[in-house]
Amino acid sequence: MTGQAAKDAAEISGEMTDKMAPSREAVDTGLRAILCDVLGLDAAKVEEFDADTGLFGHLPELDSMAVAGLLTEMEDRLDIVIEDDDVDGEMLETFGGLLAFAEAKVIEA
Amino acid sequence: MLTDWPCPSSGALRNGEAVQELVVTFGKGRKHRVLIVPPLFDEHNKFRRQMVEIMRRLDLSGIDTTLPDLPGWNESAEWLGKQDLAGWRAAMLAAAEYFEATHVLSFRAGALLVPATLPGWRYAPTSGRQVLRSLLRARTISAREAGQDETIASLQELGRNEGIELAGWNLSPAMFGQLEEALVDHSEIQTTIDQSMIGGAGLWLRAEPDDDPEQADAIAAIVAIGLSEQ
Repeated sequence: MTGQAAKDAAEISGEMTDKMAPSREAVDTGLRAILCDVLGLDAAKVEEFDADTGLFGHLPELDSMAVAGLLTEMEDRLDIVIEDDDVDGEMLETFGGLLAFAEAKVIEA
Repeated sequence: MLTDWPCPSSGALRNGEAVQELVVTFGKGRKHRVLIVPPLFDEHNKFRRQMVEIMRRLDLSGIDTTLPDLPGWNESAEWLGKQDLAGWRAAMLAAAEYFEATHVLSFRAGALLVPATLPGWRYAPTSGRQVLRSLLRARTISAREAGQDETIASLQELGRNEGIELAGWNLSPAMFGQLEEALVDHSEIQTTIDQSMIGGAGLWLRAEPDDDPEQADAIAAIVAIGLSEQ
C-alpha cells in the first residue's frame, strides 16, 4: 500500500485505537497514581514497584479499609466495575496481580 | 476550645433527653458562624486533625466555627450501636440552633446530616450507599484473608435485620437501612467543593489520619472568600 491509501489506512487504524480501551501503559500509570494516593507515597517510590512488589498483607498502609478505598478509586478512575466475587487474595497480593486484574477489567469494559 | 454541649440523645434509653457531648469550637461571637459536619465512621477519624486545621485557619480569618460530637462519636458515653441517621440529623439541627450557626461546611458523608436550610459548602459529598459499600468491602476482604467466605448479599441481609459490625463499627438495623437509602439532597444554597478544586488526593483514601496544609489552606480559602462576598 502506498501514498494516499497508506495514509487513509493509518488514519483509520488511529481512530480505532482512540476508540479502544486505554493502553496497558495508561492502566499501569493510572494504577500507580492511585497507589500513590492510597499509600501516601511519592511517585518515585511507587515507580519502583514491579510485578512482585507485595501489596495487601505486605504493606501496613494497606489495611482492609484502605483496600476497599483502592477498589473504589480503581472503579472511578479506570472506569471499570469490580464485582464482589472478583476480589480475591491473589489479585490483591502483588502489584503484578493487581495490574493484570485492572488490565483485564479495562478490556472487558 | 474544647468544651461540651447539651446534645439531644437518640436511642431507647434516653428518650430525647440531653446528654453532654464534646465540641471543638472557635466561638468568639463573630458575624459568621460555620457549623462543621464531619464524615462518618472511619473517615471522621482520618479527617479530624484536618478539620481542626481548617477551623484554625478560619479563626485567623475572623470566622467562628463549631465541630460538635454526636451520640456514639469519639468519647461519647452513648453507644454507637443504638444510633441512627435520623437521630444524628436531629442532633445536628439542634447543634446548628444551639451554636447559632449561619453557615455549614460538611465533609464527605457528613453532607447526609446537614440541615437543609443552612447555606454553605459540602466537601466531596458521598452517599450512604457508598459509605456502606466501603465498610462491607473491608469486611469481606478481611474475612477472605482469614479464610472465611462472606458475601456482600448475606451481610446486607444481616445488617437490615439484626444490625452488623463492619470494620469495627457497630451499625443498628435502623442505621444500616437508613444508610442504604441516604442520598445527598440537591441544594440551591450549599455548594459542592470537589477534590479537583483543591488539588492533591482525598485524605479519606489513606489508611491513617493525616493532615495536608495545602488542602486545608484551599478549603479555608474557599469558605473565607465565599463569606466575604456575602
